[in-house]
Amino acid sequence: MPGRWIPAGRAPVISTNAGQSAMPVNAANDDPERARRFRDAALPHLDDVYTLARYLLRDAADAEDAVQECYLRALKHFDSYRGPAMKPWLFAILRNVCRAEYARRASSPTAPIEEVPEDAAQTPLWHDAPETPEAQMLHRWDASTIRRLVEALAEPFRETFVLREIHELSYREIADVVGAPVGTVMSRLARARAMLRSAWMAEEEHPK
Amino acid sequence: MTCDEAEILLHALIDGELDAGHARAVEEHIAGCPRCAAELAAYREMSKATASANLRYTAPPALRRRIEASLPQARVPNRRAVLRGFALGSAVSAIAASGLFAIVVRNDDEARIESEVVSAHLRSLQAGHLTDVISTDQHTVKPWFNGKLDVAPPVVDLTAQGFTLIGGRLDYVDARPIGAIVYRRRAHVINLFVAQTASTERHAAKIDTIQGFNIRRWSERGLNYWAVSDLAADELAEFGNKFETAMRTGTVG
Repeated sequence: MPGRWIPAGRAPVISTNAGQSAMPVNAANDDPERARRFRDAALPHLDDVYTLARYLLRDAADAEDAVQECYLRALKHFDSYRGPAMKPWLFAILRNVCRAEYARRASSPTAPIEEVPEDAAQTPLWHDAPETPEAQMLHRWDASTIRRLVEALAEPFRETFVLREIHELSYREIADVVGAPVGTVMSRLARARAMLRSAWMAEEEHPK
Repeated sequence: MTCDEAEILLHALIDGELDAGHARAVEEHIAGCPRCAAELAAYREMSKATASANLRYTAPPALRRRIEASLPQARVPNRRAVLRGFALGSAVSAIAASGLFAIVVRNDDEARIESEVVSAHLRSLQAGHLTDVISTDQHTVKPWFNGKLDVAPPVVDLTAQGFTLIGGRLDYVDARPIGAIVYRRRAHVINLFVAQTASTERHAAKIDTIQGFNIRRWSERGLNYWAVSDLAADELAEFGNKFETAMRTGTVG
């Protein structure tokens, strides 16, 4: 289903080769008033965009590059932005930038391809019913441990999880950002939480 | 409803994404199924644990500077553009965004805004003008601003620290709406004015005195703050410090 802010059949950013867009650089890019409007609308979301990039790419330097590219593309396409929400629009652009980075990594001989573990889809959603209510108590991990557990989730579960739990997007907004039906978002999220919960409990038995 | 259906839908229930009919169906299933009930409880707890941990990252200042530098630079600001940085609404200053804020703001403009803030404080002290929403509960005051301003001002309860939250008010500075949060210390009223700015650079507090009122001004996380009161400067500084501490430790409504 097409995103609400994207005309049907048209992705916000199609160019995957950073720096050389198929579109001519719009002369309006030099308009300071337009740049000011863009700054006002887009820069307050910088931390959010950077956070998503960190989780998608799992590398601080790559995340910085992706965010910068994201803002360049967003400025270029700012005239076609029709709302309603700036943050999901930026996320959708960032996601396209990151997909290009995945492709680069996949073709790089030095960087290993990220393999989706075979068993990712087989992780049971169900856990054995606890014998006592106490068994339900989850250890309260610190933020850095949770970050590590989240980063260990396979794509696209990690992406869905981060958009929901950290950025607090609605299912509809997530569906628009990742270009998948709401039902898919729902099942990915259920799977992501099940995998995180397994890892969460395993951490308790075998802390790293 | 089967357990297979419930295992997916209970997540949508946690997230508040189900319509009333589906929510009822899931709840009915869970009421009669201990295993699903236990699952729901476990995931609720995990969501809570996740939400209470800070899993966000902050963009490095160098990245922010690089992005700002890559945008077309605005012309030298006129007075109006500078003032926009202080006011709420769509007109947030490009200058503030470009990080030049502290350098280019001329002293007379800054003083003029402070003088307007003091005028707003004085107006608020007239009978019946102090608060639009009266509440000592930060969770009542903060939602009240929703829809009235482009930015929801942070509302912090500092009662335990000796500054009683008494409400909020919509005010005007430079003919633009601005949020004011009202505190009381003994018989003294403190108006805390909050305005959005595109610059997220932190500016340490400084205290000025205008017409016998003390003003503590600081900037943090994209917001400009002016705390105005007839309190002594050291007590106003204490208020500001406690507010900033509460913001950093996350006890914000």
